[in-house]
Amino acid sequence: MMYGLLWHALPGPVWLRVLLVLILFVAAVWVCFEWVFPWFSEYVPINDNTVEAHAP
Amino acid sequence: MRHASRASARRGGAFGAVVGVVGELLITAGVFLGLFVVWQLWWTDVQAERIHTQVLADLDWTEPPLEVPDNELEGPVVAPEYRDDPPIMDTPDYAEVFAQFYVPRWGADYVEPVAEGIDKAEILDRLGIGHYPDTVLPGDLGNFSVAGHRTTYGRPFHGVADLQEGDPIVVRTEDTWYVYRVTEHEIVWPQQVEVVSPVPGLMPGEPVPELTERFITLTACHPMYSAAQRYIVHGEFDYWAPVDEGTPAELIDAGVEIQALADHDAGVR
Repeated sequence: MMYGLLWHALPGPVWLRVLLVLILFVAAVWVCFEWVFPWFSEYVPINDNTVEAHAP
Repeated sequence: MRHASRASARRGGAFGAVVGVVGELLITAGVFLGLFVVWQLWWTDVQAERIHTQVLADLDWTEPPLEVPDNELEGPVVAPEYRDDPPIMDTPDYAEVFAQFYVPRWGADYVEPVAEGIDKAEILDRLGIGHYPDTVLPGDLGNFSVAGHRTTYGRPFHGVADLQEGDPIVVRTEDTWYVYRVTEHEIVWPQQVEVVSPVPGLMPGEPVPELTERFITLTACHPMYSAAQRYIVHGEFDYWAPVDEGTPAELIDAGVEIQALADHDAGVR
């Protein structure tokens, strides 16, 4: 549905759409790696290593 | 999937459309979590190791002296072992990188920066090993305590469970080497702050006795890839040496490449 709409919204022939989809995907991954995952990891404390009186 | 949902949308109308969107959201969530694992297990290491290398290079500390024995290649001078009261550096600023951490057991190329503070995002995820600010500085009477990641973010304490009794842990500040030796390890709950007490095991609130010993304590997560418990290694001070008098024999014997020496070599070429 959503991705179908995206595909139709993209201009140009198939090869250009594929290229644009790839660019969009890489951009999304980059945004995730730079900002989203560092924020998200605060809520997934799989590697805390300090001792604290009020440890999470 | 998309074709199926579109087909069902044509057939079933609104219900099919909702199922299609939900399906795509679930796929997106799956890809997101998969990428998160890649980021956590791989990319944080790449990023942190790059920063650690840069941070160590930025220290720009003087190198320990070299000597040229008869018809031999130049090599590091073995530092004398001082067992009197070591010099203690001034309290570093928050997030200041003030020491280098050498553990021959973890490989000849192992060296990590130590920064002031134990904030996860700012210190431990970026700069490497973090020093508990409420504990003493290297060489002082009390318990020099540091935390580090055992997995991910450059994992400076990855080999924490490999340490054996008697293993040297060498801390270098700008001017001084401090050589500690591992005495014991324990596995505790995250709230057991007594492991970083001035005397390890002293409960918070208990009166602190007159300090006579110099401890080191490492804290890391346990089990690996979990935050359920903490892996603790304790050690005791052995000796100190001024950097300008040589390099500790423990590092030379293990073939550890001193950061400054590596820079020296690079400069010669």
